[in-house]
Amino acid sequence: MNLYEYQGKEIFARYGIPVPRGEVASSPEEARRIAEKLGTSVVLKAQVLAGGRGKAGGVKFADTPKEAARLAKDLLSMKLKGFKVEKVLVEQKLGIRREIYAGITIDRAEGKAVFMVSGEGGVDIEEVAERSPEKIFSRHVDSFVGFYPYMARELASGLGLDSESFKKVSDVLLKLYRVFSEKDAQLAEINPLVIAEEGVFAADAKIVIDEDALFRQDFEKKARGLPYVELDGSIGCIVNGAGLAMSTMDTLKHLGGEPANFLDIGGGAGSEVMREALLRVAAHPKVKVIFINILGGITRCDEIARGILAARQGIALPLVVRFRGTNEEEGIALLRDAGIGVERDMIAAAKLAIEKSKEAGR
Amino acid sequence: MSILIDENTRAIVQGITGSQGSFHTKLMLEYGTKIVAGVTPGKGGSEVHGVPVYDSVKEALRHHDANASIIFVPAPFAMDAALEAVENLELVVIITEGIPVHDSMKIKAYAERCGSRVIGPNTAGIISPGKSKLGIMPAQVFTQGNVGVVSRSGTLAYEIALAITEAGYGQSTLVGIGGDPVVGTSFVEVLQMFEEDEETSAVVLIGEIGGDAEERAAEFIKTMSKPVIGYVAGLTAPPGKRMGHAGAIISRGKGTAEGKIQALEKSGARVARIPQEIPELLKEVLR
Repeated sequence: MNLYEYQGKEIFARYGIPVPRGEVASSPEEARRIAEKLGTSVVLKAQVLAGGRGKAGGVKFADTPKEAARLAKDLLSMKLKGFKVEKVLVEQKLGIRREIYAGITIDRAEGKAVFMVSGEGGVDIEEVAERSPEKIFSRHVDSFVGFYPYMARELASGLGLDSESFKKVSDVLLKLYRVFSEKDAQLAEINPLVIAEEGVFAADAKIVIDEDALFRQDFEKKARGLPYVELDGSIGCIVNGAGLAMSTMDTLKHLGGEPANFLDIGGGAGSEVMREALLRVAAHPKVKVIFINILGGITRCDEIARGILAARQGIALPLVVRFRGTNEEEGIALLRDAGIGVERDMIAAAKLAIEKSKEAGR
Repeated sequence: MSILIDENTRAIVQGITGSQGSFHTKLMLEYGTKIVAGVTPGKGGSEVHGVPVYDSVKEALRHHDANASIIFVPAPFAMDAALEAVENLELVVIITEGIPVHDSMKIKAYAERCGSRVIGPNTAGIISPGKSKLGIMPAQVFTQGNVGVVSRSGTLAYEIALAITEAGYGQSTLVGIGGDPVVGTSFVEVLQMFEEDEETSAVVLIGEIGGDAEERAAEFIKTMSKPVIGYVAGLTAPPGKRMGHAGAIISRGKGTAEGKIQALEKSGARVARIPQEIPELLKEVLR
């Protein structure tokens, strides 16, 4: 789960990481009031969950409250990288001397957190990583040992800072690790960490929270729903397991069909989940046929059959069902009694679904 | 031989009294897996399908000789169960889905310290057909043979095992390494075990989009003497979308199916375009 910059900065502030003074505005009038209160030149930053915001025109500078209101109005009517801008962060403008990069993420191959810093922070950090990887300093963190001041000093020592900034930056790194660890983050990043006339500040905040940890974190929980991704084809897909779901789409394509979506009902889905999945896929206007591919392990084919029967009344589309695995005989029998044929072979079923999608297209 | 588990594996089931734990204990017992004890804190003294239940792993080990554990404990309590397991047992299979990644990192770190091998989390488990099953896979799609299978995904692995079985081959062992970003055991480690296993003549590696586990596996495959057949799911996946498994995200052009297929082909592995092509490729490499 991605947090907005202003949410990230609220967390930073709670952990003692200095952030520029500022507030978030939802209207030009609010932006004007915030700029007045700050009493300095301000920066206005569109709040969207997308990178490359500055380059896309989502960051503006204003010298007066009036100008802030006008620019906020522009930003609030913008669409940035497909996201509508609903909030603008209005902050004091800093006298920037240097921009540092600091970020912690998870190195999947090592199974450890990895802390990265660079003296060349800012919008081009990815280019720096590509072009001159020697300018990125990194170290792994053992989650049992944790992150200690000497590690922060070690990282900061490569940045070429004066002694006062060195102390401040080391302190920020230490606190950033606390945010990463205590908030169950998959990513906690400050880019840039600004060395300014006024001190050291986190001028941006990017935090991604692990959705699997929301049971113990105090964030607004969004209803998760089934993992569903829409495509352009005509064959709706309902599959148990993400790997098999992707493979089912690939196989349809390979055999000359066009998958309409990715949908994983997960392991051990009951009839209610199956019913929800069917209604979801049937609502996609391009779908001509629905292909249900179940290889039951923890999922039981009879449960899936009950879900199909429960949802069928509301669905006019042809169904192609493939059952294999746990309780397949019971599942096949249930559907047979309702007049629905069931395939046992995935390729045969895929070919049948493709045939039906083409018939319906004519 | 086979890898990780065989007829000498004696397992305990943590979370045995839950609905999944109990259901799969029954299926594992029916398969012939030696389940010697169960653990559910607070339920010590009871029985599940004739298996005695204890309050802790230590207590179970006082009464029974076990060398592995399989964990069905719900995600919020799974780290506790896993740490308890790795402290006491050499092999720990974590079936639980949805464990926070910070917990998985701790489990992995502690397992390394304790010299315990963790498979998963978010895995279907391990099966050495005809010998032992420590997982949730449907037994009927497997048969004993000489093809080693390693996979990130569960049901896709069953599909491929089924294709292998129906073509007249069988599996030495199938290992699900798990679909999460951080798992206890990597493709490379499992490939190494198959390379050293006398019973395994060829290996099927089942990957999917996201991360670079397949690319790392490809580097290792270059050094292997046994033939490897690869398959990668997610060719039709649009970039930047989360496709179910936490691991299965393509970002910034990295971790794509094309990239992984290329890496595998370069390593000398044969790559199947659909799961059902795998038996044909097996026929070629096992000639």
